[in-house]
Amino acid sequence: MPRPLDRGAGVPLATDVRRFTDAERWVHRTTSTLMMTCIITALFLYVPALAEMVGRRRLLVVLHEWCGILLPAPLAVGLFFRAVRADLSRLNRFTSADRRWLRGLLRRGACQTLRAGKFNAGQKLYAAFTGGAILVMLGTGIVLWFPDIAPLTARTGSTFVHDWLALLIGVLVLGHIWMALKDPEARHGMRTGFVSRAWARREHPQWDPQTEPDARSASSRRVN
Amino acid sequence: MEAIGAVIIDMKGSTTPGPADEGVDRHVGEERGTPVGRRVVLGMLGLGAVGVATGATIQNGLDNLLASVSSKDPTGVTGLLPGGGGFQFYNAASFIPHRTAETYRLTIDGLVDRPATYTLAELRAMPRTRLMRDVQCVTGWRVPRTAWTGVALSHLLELAGVKQEGKALHLTCYDGVYTESLTLEQARRPDILVAYDMNDQPVTEAHGGPVRLYVAPMYFYKSAKWLAGITVTDSVQRGYWEEYGYDIDAWVGRSNGREDAPTA
Repeated sequence: MPRPLDRGAGVPLATDVRRFTDAERWVHRTTSTLMMTCIITALFLYVPALAEMVGRRRLLVVLHEWCGILLPAPLAVGLFFRAVRADLSRLNRFTSADRRWLRGLLRRGACQTLRAGKFNAGQKLYAAFTGGAILVMLGTGIVLWFPDIAPLTARTGSTFVHDWLALLIGVLVLGHIWMALKDPEARHGMRTGFVSRAWARREHPQWDPQTEPDARSASSRRVN
Repeated sequence: MEAIGAVIIDMKGSTTPGPADEGVDRHVGEERGTPVGRRVVLGMLGLGAVGVATGATIQNGLDNLLASVSSKDPTGVTGLLPGGGGFQFYNAASFIPHRTAETYRLTIDGLVDRPATYTLAELRAMPRTRLMRDVQCVTGWRVPRTAWTGVALSHLLELAGVKQEGKALHLTCYDGVYTESLTLEQARRPDILVAYDMNDQPVTEAHGGPVRLYVAPMYFYKSAKWLAGITVTDSVQRGYWEEYGYDIDAWVGRSNGREDAPTA
């Protein structure tokens, strides 16, 4: 049942189904690059031992600020693409199956893939959290970037929110990467846009790949 | 990760039970469902706003809590939490410059009658001043009651004999990047030291050793680390952070738009 760890990014197999379009994968790729740059620069600005290693504080600050302010840009551009909008609306909507999925997770403590659509409830929550977190970090970050635009109490409050939310984001991003590391086929899907039909049935039984915008092109189109 | 969100959602779910979906068809994607994603995003924006409004108070309480926890924490992990206390390491250059007690030199030049170069031993042989003050960083952290020992800057200026046209100090560091400034009037205050001991131990390299400046009444960026040179100039030349908009006259509580309790 499990597929080989890495089957490359070549021509999709006839049994593959399309999961993500190029636009979606680029939104994911650019957002994650910006996010990781923010996280890594934050670590080197914040953890004294790491800060001692690299110094160059001004450069790190500039990198952090610009990557942070650009974080919403990939998704904003992605909104021009139909597939991105469609998946955004899927991530937004919680069905009764999602509630059941979460209740099962709470009760049994294990992921119950049964009834998951294209995205399971955990993925939906993670997406919503990330969206909210980016906006909050952006708002508080701007207050810290331009000290003159807000009074001191707002700056202290922004520091408080920015620091603690950063910690939470770090933990959740680690969790996100951990889940991806456990599932090579999911990674393959994000890398090439295609997943095997068997994986789709197993992990997302309620997802009908035929509803994807360019489902038909799965076997005719070369990826990468 | 999902468990955290699950708690939130399950509460929502229990108040609005979904329709019975025993015979879900294969087009479940068609079921509209509730816009929980949007609610999570809006909820986080709301929480963020509340956090900004109340953060100052909460962090204050947390600081006290964390200070008491980290004092008993042998791992030092709590020191990394926001407000966990202690010094934060800031360095403008890409490396920590190395000078030993033997190779260290401090030069005083510019508009003075008697330019000089001192070794660390010579500085230690001069009259010493010890001050116990809070350290306040312009980014918000404060380290209470830190002891600094060194030579009063005013003493060094007296030895050098500042010329009539000398009005300010340009301070350079041997990282080759950082600079600072003081007016002559400020530099003659008794609570500004060329410091070689911190908490009665030699200043470590990370803290700017073997010799750094200590400007007690001002935000800590004025206290240049790895002090290499003192040049008397006829006007104030902006220092490293001052080029990026920090105040030149950096009195704690009366500059940079901050209202911290004064440190001197």
